Amino acid sequence: MVYILEPDKKYAVPAERCFWRRVTVLTMSFVEYSDFIQDGDVAVVYLGHESMMPVKVQQGAQTQTRYGAIRHSTDLIGQRYGSKVTCSKGGWVYVLHPTPELWTVTLPHRTQILYTTDIATITMMLELKPGSVVCESGTGSGSLSHAILRTIAPTGHLHTVEFHQQRAEKVAEEFKEHRVDHLVTVRNQDVCKDGFGVTGVADAVFLDIPSPWEAVIHAKAAMKKQGGRVCSFSPCIEQVQRTCEALVDQGFEELSTVEILLRVHDVRTVYLPLPDFGPDSLAQTQPDVAEKTPPIQASVAMKTTILPREMPGHTGYLTFATKPRT
Amino acid sequence: MEDNVDDDSLYRIKEGDYVVLKRGDIFKAVQIQPKKKVIFEKQWFFLDKAVGQLYSSTFEIVSGGILQPLKPKHTESSTDAKEAGTDNRNIVDDGKSQKLTRDDIETLKEQGLKGQEIIQQLIENSSTFRDKTEYAQDKYIKKKKKKYENTVTILKPSCRILAMMYHGREPGKICHLRYDTLAQMLTLANIHAGSKVLVFETCAGLVLGSVMERMGGYGSVIQMYPGGGPIRAGVESFGFPEHFHDMLHEFPICHVNALLAGTLDTTAKDPSADSKKSDMAAEEEQNQPEAGRQGSPEEQSMETNSGADGSHDHEKDEKEKLREARAQGKKVKQEEKRKKLAAAAALLEGRNADGLVIASRFHPCPVLMGLLKFLSPSRPFVVYSQYKEALIECYTKLKEQGGTVNLRLTDTWLRHYQVLPNRTHPVLLMSGGGGYLLSGTTVAADRSQRAEEPAAKRLKLTDTDG
Repeated sequence: MVYILEPDKKYAVPAERCFWRRVTVLTMSFVEYSDFIQDGDVAVVYLGHESMMPVKVQQGAQTQTRYGAIRHSTDLIGQRYGSKVTCSKGGWVYVLHPTPELWTVTLPHRTQILYTTDIATITMMLELKPGSVVCESGTGSGSLSHAILRTIAPTGHLHTVEFHQQRAEKVAEEFKEHRVDHLVTVRNQDVCKDGFGVTGVADAVFLDIPSPWEAVIHAKAAMKKQGGRVCSFSPCIEQVQRTCEALVDQGFEELSTVEILLRVHDVRTVYLPLPDFGPDSLAQTQPDVAEKTPPIQASVAMKTTILPREMPGHTGYLTFATKPRT
Repeated sequence: MEDNVDDDSLYRIKEGDYVVLKRGDIFKAVQIQPKKKVIFEKQWFFLDKAVGQLYSSTFEIVSGGILQPLKPKHTESSTDAKEAGTDNRNIVDDGKSQKLTRDDIETLKEQGLKGQEIIQQLIENSSTFRDKTEYAQDKYIKKKKKKYENTVTILKPSCRILAMMYHGREPGKICHLRYDTLAQMLTLANIHAGSKVLVFETCAGLVLGSVMERMGGYGSVIQMYPGGGPIRAGVESFGFPEHFHDMLHEFPICHVNALLAGTLDTTAKDPSADSKKSDMAAEEEQNQPEAGRQGSPEEQSMETNSGADGSHDHEKDEKEKLREARAQGKKVKQEEKRKKLAAAAALLEGRNADGLVIASRFHPCPVLMGLLKFLSPSRPFVVYSQYKEALIECYTKLKEQGGTVNLRLTDTWLRHYQVLPNRTHPVLLMSGGGGYLLSGTTVAADRSQRAEEPAAKRLKLTDTDG
């Protein structure tokens, strides 16, 4: 590939940038928007509040929803993303363009997954951007992988390592369906034993494995000699403890462990009843007035938000560190 | 493997670079300029010696404000003789444990002793240090290090660093937008290379710069700005390569109504004298509070208005002069400005933007309602506000109006941890709140009805447009 070196060569861009721009808007992918639904796309059907499902669009196929069937050939293909589609029973749904965030809430779970709140924090703290080379393990269900791919496209690359063979195969298949396979290499191996399969290339490494401290040395090896950022996600504090020790031993700096939780505020109109203290003294002295005033309004309506009775109170600790130049 | 061959020259600090100074958790954005005095953490120095050094290097500030590259990794444990107490039962806080006086320490400093050496002196002259527990000794050294080590690390700027810097130093300038909230915004709005994104912000350019970083120079960003001109000092601090600015467009919100109505004239040589005048007035209005806020000496980092703190007598004269100069330059710039406006208008006219990000001190409701019209269906938007009530209003309006799904009003709770062997616990202080976000996805507008109820039968009739 030919690179044009810009004044700041860190942002070297491929020469065919303009070409890339022109061709890719035609079809849906997880890293590029398109306007119309086409055969072979993956669309997200919005059924109602917090209820969505992914659909592989296929000429002649049908998808059953609680509002009836969606006929792909007539209801989806050729329609604009975001349109309202009437199902066979008369109910309607919206068909949305896929994004990594919609995928995270609709993907088939094969493992525990990372959710958008943690993903957003990881993305910023790992300093991901177009062109970044990232190593990740394990791949799991691919929730984070899709978000990484979105951010590092069109010039970056993701090396993702998953030790479970079926999961590795399944996720590779999904990357293909989502048209991001050119940006990712899936390896079926044990990161703690075999590492990431690359050395000296990564700007960032992400670990979500049971014993991350065993992979720290491989993370270091995978990273550029100039340095980079690493993140480890662990649900248990004992894992964090051991990982931090390993990171310090390997010369990582700027260790920082955080926990981030999402609070969803439900907007409601609430009605607060007003107490009745009986007629006040002024009104009492003027019986006429008291009779004329309409009875006090029994309650007041108020727009406010309420917090859920229960919410996820822990996902995992995120430990970040910087690899210095070596 | 290409990157292994990469010459280190890419990672060297150059004159003119925008960099971030770091000591501990304190950051400051500056530009590398020859013989420019920089004040950081109550110390002044020159950055000249940093030129040619590698990014992420740490320097010691020596006499005369000269930077001296520090050899990597002076080992932590200088106190080899590990003698420690078991608890603090014998330690009395009588203020007499340290035998060195303030003057003694100053003398040591003048003798040119380095931070590390001063700390060693402090330890040797502390009568209680040996009785402290091992943990307390660590803490003591750490505390003294912070006070006496005059080192500074020079970093390449990034969204992470700048967001943390602004939040730590000047939260008022970025509407108290916490870095993790900004992280949520960039993700929820699906910011990525190749898309067309609208940004409305009054966060000194931090949000705009972060969006640009995530787009890596591919696609277009249209800054919708209030008042006379876009404010984006923060964008400079990112130190983007030149071609990043090619994707940046700007459009004044005072022309949004005209654009939507199709009455915006970008072809005429002089769009209209009236609007120009109001532009100028708005610009001044805009600048006044801005100048006021930039008063504190801490805020010179933004490199915006070096002479703004001048005395009141000169202010009027200078304003007068400025205005004249502006009138002169205006004619030349007018054509340029018109071209820019036309280009931005062309990008907006299709009403097919891919994302909308709002973070401002303005009431978000009219901003959101006005700018949402420029989005394609099935595209994400996210609005930040420091105040939840403003977003409740947005939420209610959107529910009434339709055309959006997946509306969520959220905030994030962020907690840092101290992780040390046998001493792991949450950090004692935490941020009380990082602001609120309203996010959602646009869908095709429903022309026929506003009903909230999904009354299936009735909808079937009105729903032929697809």
